[in-house]
Amino acid sequence: MEFLLQPLSYAFMQRGLAAAVMVGILCAVMGTYVVLRGMAFLGDALAHAILPGVAVAYLLGGNLLLGALAAAVIVALLIGMFSRQGVVKEDTAIGILFAAALALGVALISSIRTYAVDLSHILFGNVLGVSPADLWLTSALGAGILLTVFLLYRPFLVISFDPVLAATLRLPTELLRNLMLVLLSVTVVISLQTVGIGLVAAMLVTPAATAYLLARRLLPMMLLSAVIGAFSALVGLYLSYYLNIVSGSAIVLTATTIFLVVFAFKRGRR
Amino acid sequence: MHHTPHRLDVENITIAYAEKTILRGVSFVVPHGARVAVVGPNGAGKSTLFKALVGLLPLQSGRILIHGLPLGSHQDCVAYVPQREEVDWRFPVTVRDVVMMGRYGTQGWLRRPSKTDREIVQRSLEEMGIADLAERSISDLSGGQQQRVFLARALAQEPHLLLMDEPFTGVDVTTQETTLRLLDTLRERQVTTLISTHDLNLAASRFDRILLLNKALIAYGPPKDVLTQENLARAFGSALLVTETGALLVDECCSGD
Repeated sequence: MEFLLQPLSYAFMQRGLAAAVMVGILCAVMGTYVVLRGMAFLGDALAHAILPGVAVAYLLGGNLLLGALAAAVIVALLIGMFSRQGVVKEDTAIGILFAAALALGVALISSIRTYAVDLSHILFGNVLGVSPADLWLTSALGAGILLTVFLLYRPFLVISFDPVLAATLRLPTELLRNLMLVLLSVTVVISLQTVGIGLVAAMLVTPAATAYLLARRLLPMMLLSAVIGAFSALVGLYLSYYLNIVSGSAIVLTATTIFLVVFAFKRGRR
Repeated sequence: MHHTPHRLDVENITIAYAEKTILRGVSFVVPHGARVAVVGPNGAGKSTLFKALVGLLPLQSGRILIHGLPLGSHQDCVAYVPQREEVDWRFPVTVRDVVMMGRYGTQGWLRRPSKTDREIVQRSLEEMGIADLAERSISDLSGGQQQRVFLARALAQEPHLLLMDEPFTGVDVTTQETTLRLLDTLRERQVTTLISTHDLNLAASRFDRILLLNKALIAYGPPKDVLTQENLARAFGSALLVTETGALLVDECCSGD
């Protein structure tokens, strides 16, 4: 008991834990669509694409989360625009924008004097540096995402499973697709502080992929994914505290371990 | 406004995709309840025509009227049964979930399925003989069963116009019979059906009209008027073989696309 409670005597640890669990749940829920729609590459690209937004916000002394948010939404919509008419394949459009944004971000950050420390926080997360204001912003955005996913469960299911049916049903497929990209962007930005740019993709994909192995319907898959995401965040943060390793890595490695166990279990039953 | 019910009016449509014209100047009218086979070689634009009728591809010119009104004026008029490869069958949904999707258009976005929706879904499952599979995951189904799931979903949409892309390709005899029986039921309900097929015998024997297509409209009308040697030669070109008995064989096997 002491083992579990002792870290919580620090306020920064309480905030870190709350943020990590929230991010674990959000990433896992949005990750369900990432896995089913084959958007893993897109999720990773979005994570890197927010770098210039963070850098500009930092240079101007603004809020880093808001800067990241603006960059992510712009890149998500640009990808949608480039690939819409089939002129450029979507993964090509993602590849171009992802690399360009990353390059721009690194260029901007390299002009900052304390470059190394700041960059490592952005790349690998700094969950123990979550401020009360960050926590509020994370909660508000997270609640908004979950509410949207809940309300649009059916339309999102149809555009993911059968976009042609969605069109014959006269659903606004283009709007829904863009909305999903925006939700994904916001999720990535929120995750920035916990797991960092480098590891967001893992939080999006791993819990959802684990749940995919176990669930037969979308809703159970989503809920299971959320549980795995939250559990990984919780365990990962304690591991990080006691073993003194980077929190983002600890969380991702926990999620990966769960995936491997489930995968082995499924293979064993075949 | 006066309009004739159950009627499809295609007026001189041209469809291009990525700057390449796929169909040029196609016009035809389908009366209510008619059953039309859409026939043509691979790449003739059959799927393209269907996607345009559904409203998925923009028209370069011309217009499509359903019940005398432009496409999209009617909310739930058109149902489309895609080729089976067009969706991911490992998606985590059950058979009932997929059929219920046919009701989403009438449900509105946020409403939960009503009792009527559930009844229609159950009836559609029973009509297609897959009620016992309702709670199965779609990844467990055979090809023929997958096809029947799509048909049940189309039924649940209660369409006025039903489009089916190659429903007779690569399915078992049971599914083929179920599909043909469904067509008879749909005729009783005055549903207009357009079906693309490679099977000329089937087109000649079970359909009212044939629409012969090869990047443009070659011929349209009752089977005996359309399936002339001259028309078929224009549609299929070198893929057509004339045997000694005068029978026509169309080599459509194993195309690379």
